[in-house]
Amino acid sequence: MMKVKLNIDGQAVSVREGSTVLQAIEKAGRYVPTLCHDPALKPFGACRLCIVEIKGMRGLPTSCTTPAQEGMVVSTETEEIRRMRRTIVELAIANHPYECLLCNKSQDCELLKVARYVGVDPESIGRLRRRTRKRPPDRSNPAFDFEPDKCILCGKCVRRCDEVVGVGAIDFCQRGYDTMISPFGNKPLAKSICQSCGECVEHCPTGALVPKRLLIPEREIETICPYCGVGCSIHLGIRAGRIVRVRGDEKSPVNRGELCVKGRYGLDFVHHKDRLTRPLIRREGVPKDVSVFDIEKVFREVSWNEALERVAQSIDKTLNHHGHDAIGLLSSAKCTNEENYVFQKFARAVLGTNNVDHCARLCHASTVAAALAAFGDGAMSNSISDIDQAEVLFVIGSNTTECHPIIGRKIRRAVKHNGAKLIVADPRRIELCDIAEVHLDHLPGTDAALLNGMMRQIVEENLQDKTFIAERCEEFEPFLESLKQYDLKTVEALTGVSGERIRQSAILFGKAKKAIVLYGMGITQHTTGTDNAKTVANLLMLTGNLGRRGTGFSPLRGQNNVQGACDMGALPVVYPGYQRVDDPQVREKFEKAWRTKLSERPGLTITEMIQAAYEGQLKALYVMGENPMLSEPDLDHAREALSRLELLIVQDIFFTETAQLADVILPAASFAEKDGTFTNTERRVQLVRKALETPGEANLDSEIIAKISKRLGYPMDYPSSAEIMDEIGRLTPIYGGINHDRLNRSGVQWPCWDRKHPGTPILHKGQFTRGRGKFHVVHDRPPAELPTFAYPLLLTTGRILEHWHTGSMSHRSHVLETLVPESHVEINPADASRLGIVEGDVVSLSSRRGAVQTKVRKTHRVRPGQAFMAFHWREAPANRLTNPAFDPQAKIPEFKVSSINAILTVLERSAEDNRFLTALAENPAGVLASYDLTPEHRKALVEGDIASIEKWVGPLEERLQVWLKARLKQEKISEKLASRV
Amino acid sequence: MEQAIYAELPEEGRSEIEDLFNEMRKEFKGRPEELIPMLQRAQRRLGFLPEQAMLEIARITRLSAARVFGTATFYAQFRFQPVGKYIVRVCRGTACHVKGSDRLLETIVGYLHAVPGQMTPDGLFTIETVACFGSCALAPVMVINDSVYGSLNRSRALKLLGEIRNSFPLPKLASLP
Ligand code: SF4
Ligand code: SF4
Ligand code: SF4
Ligand code: FES
Ligand code: FES
Repeated sequence: MMKVKLNIDGQAVSVREGSTVLQAIEKAGRYVPTLCHDPALKPFGACRLCIVEIKGMRGLPTSCTTPAQEGMVVSTETEEIRRMRRTIVELAIANHPYECLLCNKSQDCELLKVARYVGVDPESIGRLRRRTRKRPPDRSNPAFDFEPDKCILCGKCVRRCDEVVGVGAIDFCQRGYDTMISPFGNKPLAKSICQSCGECVEHCPTGALVPKRLLIPEREIETICPYCGVGCSIHLGIRAGRIVRVRGDEKSPVNRGELCVKGRYGLDFVHHKDRLTRPLIRREGVPKDVSVFDIEKVFREVSWNEALERVAQSIDKTLNHHGHDAIGLLSSAKCTNEENYVFQKFARAVLGTNNVDHCARLCHASTVAAALAAFGDGAMSNSISDIDQAEVLFVIGSNTTECHPIIGRKIRRAVKHNGAKLIVADPRRIELCDIAEVHLDHLPGTDAALLNGMMRQIVEENLQDKTFIAERCEEFEPFLESLKQYDLKTVEALTGVSGERIRQSAILFGKAKKAIVLYGMGITQHTTGTDNAKTVANLLMLTGNLGRRGTGFSPLRGQNNVQGACDMGALPVVYPGYQRVDDPQVREKFEKAWRTKLSERPGLTITEMIQAAYEGQLKALYVMGENPMLSEPDLDHAREALSRLELLIVQDIFFTETAQLADVILPAASFAEKDGTFTNTERRVQLVRKALETPGEANLDSEIIAKISKRLGYPMDYPSSAEIMDEIGRLTPIYGGINHDRLNRSGVQWPCWDRKHPGTPILHKGQFTRGRGKFHVVHDRPPAELPTFAYPLLLTTGRILEHWHTGSMSHRSHVLETLVPESHVEINPADASRLGIVEGDVVSLSSRRGAVQTKVRKTHRVRPGQAFMAFHWREAPANRLTNPAFDPQAKIPEFKVSSINAILTVLERSAEDNRFLTALAENPAGVLASYDLTPEHRKALVEGDIASIEKWVGPLEERLQVWLKARLKQEKISEKLASRV
Repeated sequence: MEQAIYAELPEEGRSEIEDLFNEMRKEFKGRPEELIPMLQRAQRRLGFLPEQAMLEIARITRLSAARVFGTATFYAQFRFQPVGKYIVRVCRGTACHVKGSDRLLETIVGYLHAVPGQMTPDGLFTIETVACFGSCALAPVMVINDSVYGSLNRSRALKLLGEIRNSFPLPKLASLP
């Protein structure tokens, strides 16, 4: 790396070539005031405060934009510079309201700071001051305000939003004295495309962008965001026992100080009044099917002693009467590794069953199965930072910008700033499509066909990596043979994507030297989930994109610690570290460590436990921090199943939909109240630190379990979570070198075999974990349910940016809930007009299993014939509609494809006892043509004469009248016929 | 500063916009440097820049909508309000002022019932004021679309505008209920 030497105020420094003079000044330990400079952004040069004198250069260049050159002699302050700086700051202050005493930002205000540094003269400010301006503040955003009069036009917000976040919600508008920062069309922020991430607010140097309700914290605790699998490092600002501010950790290799709206503004759920603070027991004789409006009527508060005694006794009874496998346990991807470890140990060592599972079953079980089979490790192969290195990024079945926002931004930046090419395969036109080279909008459930089609093109073009295949893989021949049937024509017919685009993306991907496939639940949540993930593995092996920087297999894990929960063996077939329960050697190791006999029988998955409960074989279920009553498919069935249990224990921080069916509810601790570790999507084990005390009598999950365990005669005494991690390390080779002390800075990526091992950012270097990478023959299979006449729309489910999973946390965050308070279904305008639905109408969606009502949003994001709905809402649980049919290998349900019908809710209500409306509602336009109508009826219908129609069918609601008129137009009953009859 | 209102195109104009963008997609590559020419092209056709046009240009250039909006509002040449068929620009420069351009403007405002920046209700005229046309010798100057009229007095100005107005049929008052 080339260095250049400069002289700064007589002091010699050397900096990297390409640095700016400002960087050299900083390196020399000098200070020049700046207002528009932000090291994360491209040089801008707007405020001119950072001017310096450079020998041989004319004028006073701005040091933040001037490249450092060999031999430069720089003076950072001269009389002239001092004078000019003072004028610049005086001008800024003259245009600024004098409100510093009342301004929430004054403690951090950089304008004040530089004003103090350069020293301003009140008289000249007075001379410069124009009439005071009063431009209205924009208070539309629930998290922060914008006060244009305090803006000094440094442009940091604009550039943060554009360069870092990649949204571009705001920009400079107007000119001269009128210049200001504004969203498109001078609209309020809440009406703009702003995602409320607060990145601009965090870096605004003045009080122009300020958080609402800003309080200065008394201390800060470094921990990990509890929402998604990205695993951003955060600083929780604490004051008087409450979280008052959250900021990203600039040093974290994962997020470098960035956060999304959930992490920055969504953590107040911790203090919500709904937190469970005392154990509850269902009152004697209250049946499971009552709706719980008043918790007091159904449950009574009890002491911990009583609750634990009840749990222990009931478990004991179940074990004695029905055997070990009559109990099931759901562990939690929201809990720490240590808690997951203790929980599965409790299941196996104390209760003697392998019936322990968690929500990975519902998201990436198929990935784990496929990747274990293909490579030998069930996780993301590379790191998030590899995205910066790749030439081609292929995103399939992942709405990354909403579901993994910080990774989504990385993808955007890679495309915009590094020239990476992006291929997006998604039935919906998601945001990433805007910057994609190709968008493949294949039909839901045709992923394998699509990928096979691409691979056949790669082979035809001879773009496969022959050396990689020959040296590192096996079973290539049968796989190659299997691609034969996926010629472009066939694939085009199966997927609905033009052959040309498939070919284009195949060539793009095949030619790239470094390419990554990033995928989400669009691949995994299918009856063919495991197969789909295997085709992804095939594609990467075929093109040799594994084991190197800038390549890799990247399943994006959903929950903050779903990777960790899998690693800790909260799965029915493996102990911690994916060591199989049916391997006698492994079992022996754990039996010795845990000093007890262990069951060799693999346990049940969540999906199977629900079925077993329904059929009466499973008698008791212990649920820790999960909410299957919103996350399971076919909720009505799940509710019935859970109601049939003799014992349901729910341990959570809120009274969830699942808790409503519980016999005993145990109040647990939130992420902010405990120590431990989370493992993020790139296998990075990171420290979670306690910032607050648990509210009321709520207790740590691991302590609750230890206490029950003790009552059942198996004491587990861990003085702290660090000791639990030490035990994990002893029994789990991939975590062998991990202990809490090591994780203090930026965590460690497993496998980490011993204390000296640095961790593994890239798996499968030189060799696959299982030796050779295995190609699998995968054939396209249709989804379990396809649209029919009665259920013509194809529904996919998923998440949105502002909410999380079943919403027990995000619905209790003020900002998140204000941003998106209610559910909606996305449908294509073409379908909407066919159904006579307009934006904002309430519609009833029904499938073979259940029905929900929600508002309509018309959008071209979904193709005609398709609909999308998020599953965050208890008022409108999308999972009442979904199909529980599951993947035979991984037992993951097909959340992504179900057939539904949509109908205007008022129409549905009225159609119930009205044959005429029923006929219209249930049939496509044109049915009336075949009706034998009297001339008089026909005339009224042709003319849309509501008054006459009401005479026959009874009064119609106003919305229904509008609908009917529009529909009758489509019916095309002709006048001519009318006159003929 | 008066808060500008940025208008949406009325329903009738929708197909116009679609045609325009079909043409523009052929004419332009969608490079960011083409932003200003695209804005100009759109304004020439539509008379002003409705929100939909700016959004569409943002899509084509892959610039953010806020950037397109910011750039458009930076230049005085762009309008965000619909304009009449005839844009009447009255010069307010020094030379014209000396020759009574303020009274001229007053007369025109009175005759057309619209203030500078506003369009007449019949959609025929928009009045604008300009600092100087550089034709000071002809003061006072008024420009209607691309034709320059110099050495104006009030009655000639009214005659000019009256001729234009009379060349269009009056709104059919009879057909109103
Ligand atoms: S909050 Fe985020 S998205 Fe909104 S303007 Fe600021 S940086 Fe952009
Ligand atoms: S709002 Fe803040 S960050 Fe944005 S330009 Fe104004 S002062 Fe700078
Ligand atoms: S991206 Fe995920 S981990 Fe990061 S702040 Fe947002 S929700 Fe939290
Ligand atoms: S910091 Fe250099 S010009 Fe603003
Ligand atoms: S002042 Fe009117 S044209 Fe110059």
